[in-house]
Amino acid sequence: MTTATSKEELLIVKEQDVVPLRNRVKEYGVKIGMSILNQTKLITATSELVRNLLKYGGGGKVIIESVSNGRDQGVRVTFIDNGPGIKDISLAMKDGYSTGKSLGLGLPGTKRLVNEFDIQTELGNGTTVTIIKWKNG
Amino acid sequence: MGDFLLVTIQVDLYDQLAENLESDLINTINKNNSKGVLIDISAVSIIDSFMGRILGNIAVMSKIMDAQTVVVGMQPAVAITLVELGLSLNGVISALNVEKGMDLLRAKMYNGDNEEQTYDDSNQ
Ligand SMILES: Nc1ncnc2c1ncn2[C@@H]1O[C@H](COP(=O)(O)OP(=O)(O)OP(=O)(O)O)[C@@H](O)[C@H]1O
Ligand SMILES: [Mg+2]
Repeated sequence: MTTATSKEELLIVKEQDVVPLRNRVKEYGVKIGMSILNQTKLITATSELVRNLLKYGGGGKVIIESVSNGRDQGVRVTFIDNGPGIKDISLAMKDGYSTGKSLGLGLPGTKRLVNEFDIQTELGNGTTVTIIKWKNG
Repeated sequence: MGDFLLVTIQVDLYDQLAENLESDLINTINKNNSKGVLIDISAVSIIDSFMGRILGNIAVMSKIMDAQTVVVGMQPAVAITLVELGLSLNGVISALNVEKGMDLLRAKMYNGDNEEQTYDDSNQ
């Protein structure tokens, strides 16, 4: 079971919120002694998902948590928006699929960078993406 | 430095700053008729798809203006993460550090070598 030890919530409404969020997530990684490589993967994943939250979700909130599963410590980041939702998740998870004339790398790339990846979406009601990067994952 | 332009990115850039860098750089290349651009990213701790696209744009634009861009000093963790993310910095040539980048630019200039390649000095 995964339990959270510390937690904070950040409101994300504009592009200028991205770098402070990345820095905060990095601090959570540093605090548990995560390697530079795993920190970099976690922060890059965070950056991609927060961009989606801004671009497609119209902004929202991000929850950062220190988590533990008994064997390992990690950082969990949850991205919550109340945007239009995603019509076809399996399509959205494909490399190269984009409705924003972009590279379509964000979702599939993020999944590769983290240890746990969950996406919940409901048309008209928004999207929630949760990732965990374990210290030794 | 002659015809080369050296740009050092000191902090992780906000998107707007990254876009400004792109347009400033293009203008400067144009004004000085620069033949080579070195972008030192050794202080950059993350490159996501947005930043990757900016670097790609700079490389493409400079090429159109007959200048060659070399990105130098990418941190190993950043390079590994880019590969896993699936972002290939197409057209962006990279070198280990400023000195190697400079050698690469000079070699390209005097040999008229326009092939795209990644400078590999892993055996040195
Ligand atoms: N929070 C969200 N709300 C609504 N739709 C989303 C959301 N996140 C992603 N999508 C949809 O999923 C598609 C794929 O997202 P992904 O991040 O993989 O690619 P992209 O954002 O289009 O391109 P890139 O991330 O490479 O710039 C998006 O084009 C968009 O249609
Ligand atoms: Mg995206």
